[in-house]
Amino acid sequence: MRRTRVPPAGPEDCGAAGGLLSRRILLTSAVAAGAVGSPARAEPLTIPPWMTTPGSPFTPYGQPSRFEAKVVRVITNAAAPGTGSSRTPHHRLNGVITPNGLHFERSHNGVPDIDPDGHRLLIHGMVKRALVFTLDALARYPMETRQAFIECGGNSAAMYAKDPVQGDVQQLHGLVSCAEWTGVKLSILLDEAGLDAGARWVLAEGADAAAMSRSVPLAKAMDDAMVALYQNGERVRPSNGYPMRLLLPGYEGNMNVKWLRRLKVTDSAVMTKDETSKYTLLMEDGTSLQFFFPIEAKSIITHPSPGVSLKGPGLYEVAGLAWSGNGKVARVEVSADGGASWAPAVLQEPVLPKSLTRFRIAWQWDGGAVTLQSRAVDDTGYVQPTRAKQIAERGSRSIYHFNAIAGWAIAPSGEVKHVYV
Amino acid sequence: MFTFSTRPMLLAAPLLMVLGSAVVAGGADLGQPASPEDFAAWDISILPDGRGLPAGSGTPQQGERIYTQHCAGCHGPKGAGKPNDQLVGGQGSLAGTQAPVKTVGSYWPYATTIFDYVRRSMPLTAPQSLSNDEVYAVTAYLLHLNGIIGENDAVDADSLPRVKMPNRSNFKSLYPGEAR
Repeated sequence: MRRTRVPPAGPEDCGAAGGLLSRRILLTSAVAAGAVGSPARAEPLTIPPWMTTPGSPFTPYGQPSRFEAKVVRVITNAAAPGTGSSRTPHHRLNGVITPNGLHFERSHNGVPDIDPDGHRLLIHGMVKRALVFTLDALARYPMETRQAFIECGGNSAAMYAKDPVQGDVQQLHGLVSCAEWTGVKLSILLDEAGLDAGARWVLAEGADAAAMSRSVPLAKAMDDAMVALYQNGERVRPSNGYPMRLLLPGYEGNMNVKWLRRLKVTDSAVMTKDETSKYTLLMEDGTSLQFFFPIEAKSIITHPSPGVSLKGPGLYEVAGLAWSGNGKVARVEVSADGGASWAPAVLQEPVLPKSLTRFRIAWQWDGGAVTLQSRAVDDTGYVQPTRAKQIAERGSRSIYHFNAIAGWAIAPSGEVKHVYV
Repeated sequence: MFTFSTRPMLLAAPLLMVLGSAVVAGGADLGQPASPEDFAAWDISILPDGRGLPAGSGTPQQGERIYTQHCAGCHGPKGAGKPNDQLVGGQGSLAGTQAPVKTVGSYWPYATTIFDYVRRSMPLTAPQSLSNDEVYAVTAYLLHLNGIIGENDAVDADSLPRVKMPNRSNFKSLYPGEAR
């Protein structure tokens, strides 16, 4: 019955073909009605050994259960160690906050071992007075806390390939993470230095062995940029910029300069290596798009996904992550019939701007071959494009900012493969 | 309990009014003033018009020796690449649908970026170890290998910003208001 229902144009509480159920199903207790068959009888319950002997003592810093040893970052080393990246295992996580030890990493010459007492932040250039800040000084400034995703401009680059690269969510899309960041608004520090007339950009530079640097529009620096000192309540991890990093909510990860040591206010972009030879999008006509800053709306289904296979027909929750660097996720739709029909998913509240948003939808799998895909729309009205549209507009050699719809093919065996849709 | 929570507020209000004019935009005003001499060692960014370039110079011939010693291990002989980025060649390979060969010569829009990047980041195992003359020389060598300057052309703060890179006009800025 549900399978024959065709969704109307509006985001109403209906399902879609392929077994996607009404949003109301998740909001009521009626899910049991959708179950197929009944589970095998439970085994007799015995007293487990961990109840008959004392547990372990307290530890200074907690670690995940030893049974969660698979929940780790996967490391992609470039030719030299420390110049590659590590990726977040989203297919093994839930919610929207990435644990600090699993936040993706990208560095250009290793993770520096910075003594916070020896670290300084310099603000200079087109300012009334150049200023140097110690970490102790910054700790006395008014702080703010906000949730924000950071996504590498090169995340999902494999989807530019002609044929679908077989990998899991982590391998294909693991260069995005989300944390609660706490720090000092950059505008407060720039105001203290005093901006000169004609100032338009701010060069941000890290204290790593690459002295990685990017030019940031002054308007962004004065808007919602933050010098972040804390990540999910604790000091920013070394691989994410300890003792301080630049946070530019919604902008490509590379600009969120880690180990921030210098901000130079300028009248033009510096044209650094990473904003000219990298992070520019090469078109088929030989021209390149430069300064592609915000991450456009995107979504990924994490459950099910490659490696998270299905165990027989029945009721499942299709879940995933959506985000937009231009605002809030307005809605996410899921299709189980190759994109012919779409059902609105439930968005986990609170939906925050420039943050990961968890979406969920109940799905009755009949055990047949099916392709799942998700499509995000943000509050600017931007709709996550199909891969065909993105490739038509940019060609397939752009490397960066791939944000088109991804598809997972479910085989009758329950195995999940990456397919183009 | 009630008086404990209200009394600090009553005290804080006039205090804020007094400090209001002295505190800059709500900050603690704890930045320590610094002069250009204080941060000269940190001020290493080079703008495309050459601002920031230091004194010194180098030629392709001088650069070849430095390149062979410090760079060829990762970037191959004469910038041919492998195991790391190819630095030479690829001009004319950008348009179309075939795999592009993006090098300093074929892709980089500004010659000043070579100096800026080599000085701050290279060589990988000893960044910021080359002298300014050596960085100029390596820059000159890479420009010469790519056919952009002659084999005897010296590169310095005056000449480097005037080098016209082959791909210079092929970048389109998506940032509103950026006139470049």
